[in-house]
Amino acid sequence: MVMQRLSGWGRTAWTVADLVHTTEVDVFRSTIGAAGERGVISRGLGRSYGAAAQNAGGIVLEMTAENDPMGIDADFDPLTGLLTVAASVSIDAILRMCVPQGWFIPVTPGTRFVTVGGAIASDIHGKNHHIDGSFGQHVRSLTLMLSNGEIVELSPDQNPAWFWATVGGMGLTGVVLRATVAMLKIESSRVEVETVRLENFDAVCAAMSADGVDDDYRYSVAWVDLLATGAAMGRGVLTRGDHAAASKVDNKEPLAYDPRLTVSAPGWVPNGLLNKWSIKAFNEAWYRKAPAKSHIGLESIPAFFHPLDGVNRWNRLYGKQGFIQYQFIVPLDRTDVLRKVIEKFSGAGVASFLAVLKRMGPQNAAPMSFPTEGWTLTLDMAAGISGLAELLSEVDSLVLDAGGRHYLAKDSHVSASAVRRGYPRIDEWMSTQEEMDPIGLWRSDLSRRLGLVDHRRSL
Amino acid sequence: MKNGVGVAQNIVLFGGTSEIGQAIIHKLVKPGVSHVVLVSRDIDAADQQIAEIAERYPDLDVHHVRFNADDSASMVHVVAEVAQQVGDIDVAVIAQGLLQEGVDYYADPAALVPVADVNFTGTMVLMYALAAQMRSQGYGKMVLLSSVAGERVRKGNPAYGATKAGIDGFALALDHELVGSGVSVLVVRPGFVTTKMTKGMDKAPFSTDAETVASAVGKAVGTSKTVIWVPGLLQYMFMILKNLPTAVWRRLPL
Repeated sequence: MVMQRLSGWGRTAWTVADLVHTTEVDVFRSTIGAAGERGVISRGLGRSYGAAAQNAGGIVLEMTAENDPMGIDADFDPLTGLLTVAASVSIDAILRMCVPQGWFIPVTPGTRFVTVGGAIASDIHGKNHHIDGSFGQHVRSLTLMLSNGEIVELSPDQNPAWFWATVGGMGLTGVVLRATVAMLKIESSRVEVETVRLENFDAVCAAMSADGVDDDYRYSVAWVDLLATGAAMGRGVLTRGDHAAASKVDNKEPLAYDPRLTVSAPGWVPNGLLNKWSIKAFNEAWYRKAPAKSHIGLESIPAFFHPLDGVNRWNRLYGKQGFIQYQFIVPLDRTDVLRKVIEKFSGAGVASFLAVLKRMGPQNAAPMSFPTEGWTLTLDMAAGISGLAELLSEVDSLVLDAGGRHYLAKDSHVSASAVRRGYPRIDEWMSTQEEMDPIGLWRSDLSRRLGLVDHRRSL
Repeated sequence: MKNGVGVAQNIVLFGGTSEIGQAIIHKLVKPGVSHVVLVSRDIDAADQQIAEIAERYPDLDVHHVRFNADDSASMVHVVAEVAQQVGDIDVAVIAQGLLQEGVDYYADPAALVPVADVNFTGTMVLMYALAAQMRSQGYGKMVLLSSVAGERVRKGNPAYGATKAGIDGFALALDHELVGSGVSVLVVRPGFVTTKMTKGMDKAPFSTDAETVASAVGKAVGTSKTVIWVPGLLQYMFMILKNLPTAVWRRLPL
């Protein structure tokens, strides 16, 4: 038994759990068989920001295959593009294997250091949500270990209720063991990117609206400057693109792929390094760096999709206090709420290092999947800001009153009632969850805070 | 546990009518708190003081559990009852205390027994019971209201001072034992606090009030601090006072 202090990527709300690192099915089974009343949750690379993959006083099954000497546990068919892979394998490992063969992961978040299991549990989305939907839509089937040790195969056709409860189910339906994912065909490892600077928030929203040309681009996202005030409020840099054709790439090996970590954040950082002034300076530089007129260029996969992975352990930049990431979505016609939220944060002097705006496409069949047609705004901020609990609670109300909701993979503060309001199908999901896990084995700090499962069920 | 912005979900106050304890609860209750439990002898009095918070946070559930602070052995059951009502105990504010100013212990030495039971024996049993509960949760914070009276026990009310010295030492060592478990203790050492307990007494130098103590606790509870002094200056004063030769210490007009 290894008692270990764990937190999410935001490095807040640390709790202690019995950490079991394994990728062996037999060990899963014996571990869950011996679990006490605090239950079990699985954990991948720990990239969810809040408490989704920690379980205070219980067991955390850490399933990562980063240093597996046997290589990647995966079967890939380069003819069909179907990849069957262990849940513990990361998108990073998948890209290293598949990109040189001309295939790309159908959905990637802003980091490639997430496991397939985590990608399914959070039903992650990327810059292509408005075209391709979220990760779950590309999963053809998966195998899941239930709390009684039984292994079931689920797919959109075979037991769809259980399949879609697992997609976006935050690991609370079972342990995903393997999944078959339909990969995306690419001709090159470059992305053809159009970058344009937009002078205020209205211009950003207009450029990304569904009425415009946004749907002509597979990938589209805007970075927004929340510290700019007055007429420049919400100014941003919009980047859109698609995988470049081989003919566009001036290279004998158009599929060459070599992601590298450039620098590491130091182990110790003074609290308050990222403050209003340093972020303001960064934002100004970032904005000025983008061309005033629309510009088209080729970017590498890491540069376009995973810019933050360039700095290893960048989450330490916020110092000891950690940080929170606030991601919410509101319906398409509620850009007024986005504006109000931005005003609230900037009015309170809360600086956000990164604010990302994206228009999302329609929701999939998963009851607890976050993305739905609308605007999603993501900001991160130091957790130690005084009065943050009160401020966030006000912002939560704005979001919920507009019919919006919060992304559970990022969440570290919302209340149980906020999730009830934001996810109208939660009761349906909870009853499926109870059917799949009658003894209530799967528990996490997140599920306790949000009342996602009935913790009074006794083990 | 606490959430990402440092707000604990379930907060329990032992000594539910304590003025300092109540002030601390007022500071700790923020959006995100789900349950507050007041553990006290006098439920009505405790309830009256929390009514204002309950009004401000309609989502908050307020619970009451009755206890006799001098019934040391009952503390285990008290903790079990609280856990049964709310599940995890994330923050426990331990504020019960008995001062008994002006009792003539020379005439009735046994009168100090309840002081020792409430301030020392009962609190130790309570803290072990809480530590066991919190360790099983993998998270928890105990906030103990100690006193500078325990730093160097003086004449006037040596029994009280000795219980505070004892519980303060116990709490620090317990915190040490709990390293790595996710559970920790915050020892709060206020100077003279003007409350109903000290009503009519002469104010000592560097006196403070419940509100100031509560603010200091509110700031420290989310950090890894083990001891705080209120006001903070007392820490440095006592560094000197503790080390004064007895002859000098006894002459001080404290």
